[in-house]
Amino acid sequence: MTTSKPVLEAKGIVKELGRGAGKVVAVKGVDLSLVPGELTLLMGPSGSGKTTLLSILGCIMTPTEGSLTVAGTNTEGLSAEQLAELRRAHIGFIFQSYNLFPTLSALENVRIALDVRGQKGYKAAARSEDVLREVGLGARLMNYPGNLSGGEQQRVAVARAIVSSPSIVLADEPTAALDSENGHAVMELLARIAHEQNRSVLAVTHDPRTLGYADRVVKIEDGLIVGEERRPQGLDAPEITDLTKRRKAHA
Amino acid sequence: MVLTLAFRNLFHDRVRLTVTLVGILFSIVLVAVQLGLYLGASRMITANIDQADATLWITAFGAKSFEDGGALLSTRERHQALATPGVVSVTPIVVKFAEWRKPEGGSTRVVVVGSDAEDGALKPWNLVKGTWEDIKAPDAIAVDRTYLSDFGVHGIGDSAQIDFGRVKINALTDGIRSFTQSPYVYMPLSRARQLLNLPSDIATFHLVKLAPNADVEAVRKQLLNRLESAEVLTKEEFHDRSLKQWLFRTGAGVALIGGALLGILVGTVIVAQTLYSSTKDHINEFATLRALGSSSGYIHKVILAQAGLSAILGYMLGMILAGVIVFASQSTPLPILMTPQLAAALFTVTVFMCAISAISAIVKVTKIDPATVFSR
Ligand SMILES: Nc1ncnc2c1ncn2[C@@H]1O[C@H](COP(=O)(O)OP(=O)(O)OP(=O)(O)O)[C@@H](O)[C@H]1O
Ligand SMILES: [Mg+2]
Repeated sequence: MTTSKPVLEAKGIVKELGRGAGKVVAVKGVDLSLVPGELTLLMGPSGSGKTTLLSILGCIMTPTEGSLTVAGTNTEGLSAEQLAELRRAHIGFIFQSYNLFPTLSALENVRIALDVRGQKGYKAAARSEDVLREVGLGARLMNYPGNLSGGEQQRVAVARAIVSSPSIVLADEPTAALDSENGHAVMELLARIAHEQNRSVLAVTHDPRTLGYADRVVKIEDGLIVGEERRPQGLDAPEITDLTKRRKAHA
Repeated sequence: MVLTLAFRNLFHDRVRLTVTLVGILFSIVLVAVQLGLYLGASRMITANIDQADATLWITAFGAKSFEDGGALLSTRERHQALATPGVVSVTPIVVKFAEWRKPEGGSTRVVVVGSDAEDGALKPWNLVKGTWEDIKAPDAIAVDRTYLSDFGVHGIGDSAQIDFGRVKINALTDGIRSFTQSPYVYMPLSRARQLLNLPSDIATFHLVKLAPNADVEAVRKQLLNRLESAEVLTKEEFHDRSLKQWLFRTGAGVALIGGALLGILVGTVIVAQTLYSSTKDHINEFATLRALGSSSGYIHKVILAQAGLSAILGYMLGMILAGVIVFASQSTPLPILMTPQLAAALFTVTVFMCAISAISAIVKVTKIDPATVFSR
């Protein structure tokens, strides 16, 4: 897997935030690549620049310095509209607070991700339904976010992120608002998305429960990458199974 | 999905939706009433001119309107006009303010219209009781039934006085209102001259009919050459001049149009305000959309769809209320006129108003930083 060609490559990323006296260098020169089929965790203390880095990798913020290549496209000098196009084509997002549309049903929340990509009508609805079933929400299609548990809401958000089959899925603290059981369920989903659907998944987290699902853990401190651990391939599956068992025993 | 989202955003906050719709409704009704009054007034002012079967009107120089014909014309002008090639007939009519004396005391101003039906140039229309023949009887007149109580009478057969002569209501019309609030009283020409104490060869206007193939401009030039102290106006010119006199010299039209513009302005401000606050409330959702990769065009469409839906809903409600008001106004001295053109114009105004209102909301979303999606 490590030999696959990266779908995302960041080099020398620096990001300054704020102005004047409040100016902060949140990211201070980061190199990072993501390859398909891997779940990477980005871990670090609060304020270390995780969200900032994720925003840059997701083409939501532009770096002050450094270069970013997404699916072969160098993002330098792209307009806001072109960056949106790049996100549309290659990236799915999952947020800590789900960011679902409260006035849309679960199905509609997923469909809208296809709608902004110009995919409408029956096919889009059928595809959205399939993905919701995939994340285990086949029985909740018509529920509104207000009538879903946090874990269910986050799974809707996962479905929304993957419905357009992006090659990269970026998640910011996807389990932070969830209890242990739901946190594990979401991490399991992310691992499956990486492994079974061969996508690059990067999740920002400081939740130690998520460690067992990772293929790779990148540590960031004070805007700099300070370490990287690659989990031995063979250990992946049993570890996850262990966690699942433990979870079930817990419940 | 754009429509779905717009619809849900609108109905999500019922209070705000109500404010929006009331705002649109208020301005539609205001604009409908003002413009409807304007149209109604225009129709009242020019009804006699529009109804008259004449291509050209010979008036004394400086005649201001149908009611205010100024100096009087004599038979000399009539004969000169008749001798002009292309002219088929020249019909004198008398139009003059007079005093109506009610049978039980009191008086009111009326406009006497003296005209002979045989000549066909101008006669009361919309007769609901009696015929033009009935008006030829001694002292007989036709009036509009709306004004019976103003006249202090009850209906056909009742008598009163105009200036110092007796008149008897022999026919009733429906819907011939007067903008000046002095009702029209129709009677034969000779009786009008007698009542108003005018010489028997005198007229306020000469109504000119032309041969079917006559060149209107050429005949008009000829007439002008022959008649030095008179003006020769086409029906349209006299129509416009009367409108100008009553609607603009008096300021009434300006007030009506000003009221309509105010309605549009107030409506726009209310809709802009509610649309802006709705966009602000949903700003996180729009930021999420943007982060998900939607183009800014897609988001603008959602906002415009919200504006459009408000416009359609507000228009429908507004027209229902306007319809009720228009209906209720029909029996008043100043009826409001609603035409398909006005209804269409109101719809255009509503859509335009809502589109303008969307600008501030669109400017707001244009400034969205999708990075805010992570900082919640
Ligand atoms: N808009 C901004 N203006 C100025 N400084 C900012 C801004 N946003 C973030 N920062 C600062 O940049 C640094 C990195 O912030 P960032 O949100 O990336 O951290 P994080 O690792 O995601 O933290 P957490 O785990 O608490 O979410 C922090 O010191 C933060 O205070
Ligand atoms: Mg963060």
